[in-house]
Amino acid sequence: MTSFLFYILSGVLISSAIMVVTTKNTVYGVLFLILAFFNAAGLFILAHAEFLAMVLLIVYVGAIAVLFLFVVMMINVEARQVQPVDCNYFLMGTFVGFVLTAELVIVFMSWNTSPEAFELIFAPQDGFSNTRALGSLLYTHYALIFQAAGLILLIAMIGAIVLTLRQREGVLKQKIGDQLARQAKDSVQLVDISAASSFPNSEPLNVKLQE
Amino acid sequence: METLVTLVVFLPLLGALLSSVLDRRFSQAITCGFMGLSTIFASILFVKMGLQEKTLLIPLFKWIHVEFFEVSWGLLVDSLSLVMMAVVTLISFLVHVYSVGYMKGDRGIPRFMAYLSLFTFFMLTLVTAPNILQMFFGWEGVGLCSYLLIGYWYDRENANTAAIKAFLVNRVGDIGFVLGMLTLFVLFGTVDFLSVFELVKDYKDETFMFLGGRYHALTLISLLFFVGAMGKSAQIGLHTWLPDAMEAPTPVSALIHAATMVTAGVFLIVRLSPILEYAPLARELITLIGAVTALMAATIACVQNDIKRIIAYSTCSQLGYMFMAAGLSGYSASMLHLTTHAFFKALLFLSAGSVIHAMSDEYNIQKMGGIWKYIPITYVLMWIGSLALAGIPFFSGFYSKDMILEVDWVSILPVGKVAFILGISAAVLTAFYAWRLLLLVFHGVPRADEAVMGHIHESPPVMLIPLVVLGAGSLFSGYALYDLFVGGSTSFWGASLFVLPEDEVIEAAHHVETWVEWSPTLATFVGIGLAYWLYVFAKNWPERLSQTFNPIYLFLFRKWYFDEVYNWLFVRPSLKLAKILWEAGDKKMIDGLGPNGVAALSVEGGRLLCRFQTGYVYHYAFAMIIGLVLMIGWYFWM
Amino acid sequence: MSLSLDHYLIVAALLFTIGSVGVFLNRQNIIVILMSIELMLLAININFVAFSQYLGDIVGQVFALFVLTVAAAEAAIGLAILVGYFRNRGDIGVDDISVMRG
Repeated sequence: MTSFLFYILSGVLISSAIMVVTTKNTVYGVLFLILAFFNAAGLFILAHAEFLAMVLLIVYVGAIAVLFLFVVMMINVEARQVQPVDCNYFLMGTFVGFVLTAELVIVFMSWNTSPEAFELIFAPQDGFSNTRALGSLLYTHYALIFQAAGLILLIAMIGAIVLTLRQREGVLKQKIGDQLARQAKDSVQLVDISAASSFPNSEPLNVKLQE
Repeated sequence: METLVTLVVFLPLLGALLSSVLDRRFSQAITCGFMGLSTIFASILFVKMGLQEKTLLIPLFKWIHVEFFEVSWGLLVDSLSLVMMAVVTLISFLVHVYSVGYMKGDRGIPRFMAYLSLFTFFMLTLVTAPNILQMFFGWEGVGLCSYLLIGYWYDRENANTAAIKAFLVNRVGDIGFVLGMLTLFVLFGTVDFLSVFELVKDYKDETFMFLGGRYHALTLISLLFFVGAMGKSAQIGLHTWLPDAMEAPTPVSALIHAATMVTAGVFLIVRLSPILEYAPLARELITLIGAVTALMAATIACVQNDIKRIIAYSTCSQLGYMFMAAGLSGYSASMLHLTTHAFFKALLFLSAGSVIHAMSDEYNIQKMGGIWKYIPITYVLMWIGSLALAGIPFFSGFYSKDMILEVDWVSILPVGKVAFILGISAAVLTAFYAWRLLLLVFHGVPRADEAVMGHIHESPPVMLIPLVVLGAGSLFSGYALYDLFVGGSTSFWGASLFVLPEDEVIEAAHHVETWVEWSPTLATFVGIGLAYWLYVFAKNWPERLSQTFNPIYLFLFRKWYFDEVYNWLFVRPSLKLAKILWEAGDKKMIDGLGPNGVAALSVEGGRLLCRFQTGYVYHYAFAMIIGLVLMIGWYFWM
Repeated sequence: MSLSLDHYLIVAALLFTIGSVGVFLNRQNIIVILMSIELMLLAININFVAFSQYLGDIVGQVFALFVLTVAAAEAAIGLAILVGYFRNRGDIGVDDISVMRG
């Protein structure tokens, strides 16, 4: 059963990855990316890494892929025409891809664990759930790295704001502070007008403004 | 004594070095002064040592010292070198003084005086060399100075080509010299003259492998050195440079191409007399070539129109006489003629220079005439020189030339008789062309235009005094030196010349039949008469003769077509070969593979690498992936 | 057949290759590149989790968590740059970025 599930999940994963790369419509690409993430989360669950699978969904799909969609919509990417494929380059690229796959597969087929590795294992204690096991390790041995990861996120946030913030010209905004700090002498002016002047006359009043 | 010799040789060098950095007046004063001192010292040495037949070897300093080969700088002073030193220094000094007047107004006088002194230094090194290697040093040095001086007026294209021609033809002779030097060393194991001369008689039957054939060693050496002498002394075959060398200023022609450098070949042959004595075949060849040269040059001189070229061919002819005598073991007669010839030839050249100076730089004798009244001193001196050249009795040339012809007659080698006949014929022609020169230049109706005629003036004293001294030498040197050099019982030469007893000709030459004794004089008078008849009495005859015998005239006028033949045979193929080597070899191959190729490689390489920088980021990422793949593959392979 | 480590690893390898090929074989726009990078990081995560399961080592998942963090940060910055780039150029086609040609 597990293996059947595995094959389905991985098959959809691979094919949606291919679609991400080859689709002409960028929005479709992002959506295929989301599908790939879902399938990867399923694979994680099969590998008993539930926490990570959920985190994958929350962070990757919920934040990053949605960010991608935001940007795609904002930039208003058009579906491009199919460019004529440069045959040499295309063949060369796929060939390189094949070679890369072959190399990786060969590595995977022929490796073995070294004896020392077994001593370095942080095995989760029995009875711990996956989340608890992660927590017990993360906040003790890897606490500093955890903080560093938080720092990276902070930097990324600041970076993103700095890169995209721009001051627009000609935008009129309310400056509340200035508004509240207005004094009477800046806005109101008392003018003397003689009583015996012809009020109902349609003569315009000559008012001298005090500077 | 040693210091005097050293000073004689090195003062001119010092003068040359100083002159090259000083200005005009100082350079003239210093070079003439040093040259004068050298002359005085050389004369003192001649009197004190030469007349007492001493030999002196002065070592200077070490040069090459390897295991089996030792050569040192030194000065060998014996009768032969004393005579040469005296002649060279005296003529050089007179030419230095003459140049002060002749080169007046020229731009590069310090350079000229420096070259003259430098040449004298090299010549003196040549004659005082104790070994063949130092002689070669002097040999090359005089060749170099000849090149520098011929090309002195370097803005004239003719001068430059003549200088190159002189150097190249000399070079061909130098091949013979070097091969002879090497053979000498291989055979004897040393290059020192005195050592070699002692060993010669032990080697007289040795043979030597040369170009695949086995030859008699001493003959081979003699012939190889004679090739060198042919180049330097302008014998037939390698004589083509001498007439063209007349592009040089006249003092240069007088010094180098009359009295000193061209006699270096004669000196070489005479110096090697111990070796030559054991090589009769070589000596026969030397005599023959000398005789043929004498006749050939005389024939060409009869029809030339450039005053200096006539005298140049005359030099060539007289050198042939010297070789004639040397080949027949008459070394002392050869030296006597060398000495007297130095005087009267230098006199002729410098007087010609005086004439050219007077005629506002006119060279062509057909455009002169009737000027003897205007330049009487030059006229008289030219007469004296011509009389000496022709060998009129009592003038110096008479003694030496007669001695040579007598030696020819009495020699036991059969070629001597042939040489005698050729020599007599050349004597006729010598007198003819000498008087042709005199008559056409000085006598008759003036053929120059008004402006030139109005400008004729006698040369200043600074130019005339050397001429007078040379005139005195032409008059008296023959008589004065006759007994000393070739007198019957003279022991003047001592060990410097070597003659085998059976070849002793000088003694026999004094006892020839009367008709042999007077035949040269008779030949001279025939020649003079012929000249007078053609150029005074029957003035239209030269024209008619040249028309009737036009092919012969052209043959002689074109210098026996030597230049044309050489041009076709050697010069054009060499130029073609050089052009091919330059364009295909040098430009395409060496430059192509070398500097240009490397430069092109880097340019093309850069252009190739440029194509990797497409600017597309995804291309760069692709490159990164490829790199990654390759790295993984590398680890597999490891 | 029963699942083993190799299955996961092969899937991860294929995913990685697809992601890397997607970087340079796409002709559309930069967003595809960014998405391909995300795919590559996902493949890495699968690798880590697979190893973590089969070695019984929890550190693999910890590291995968960190990779996730960094991926998020990088995607955010990447998109911010993209937005700035778009504002300047008006177009994000891949074929137009050849300013570094030379």
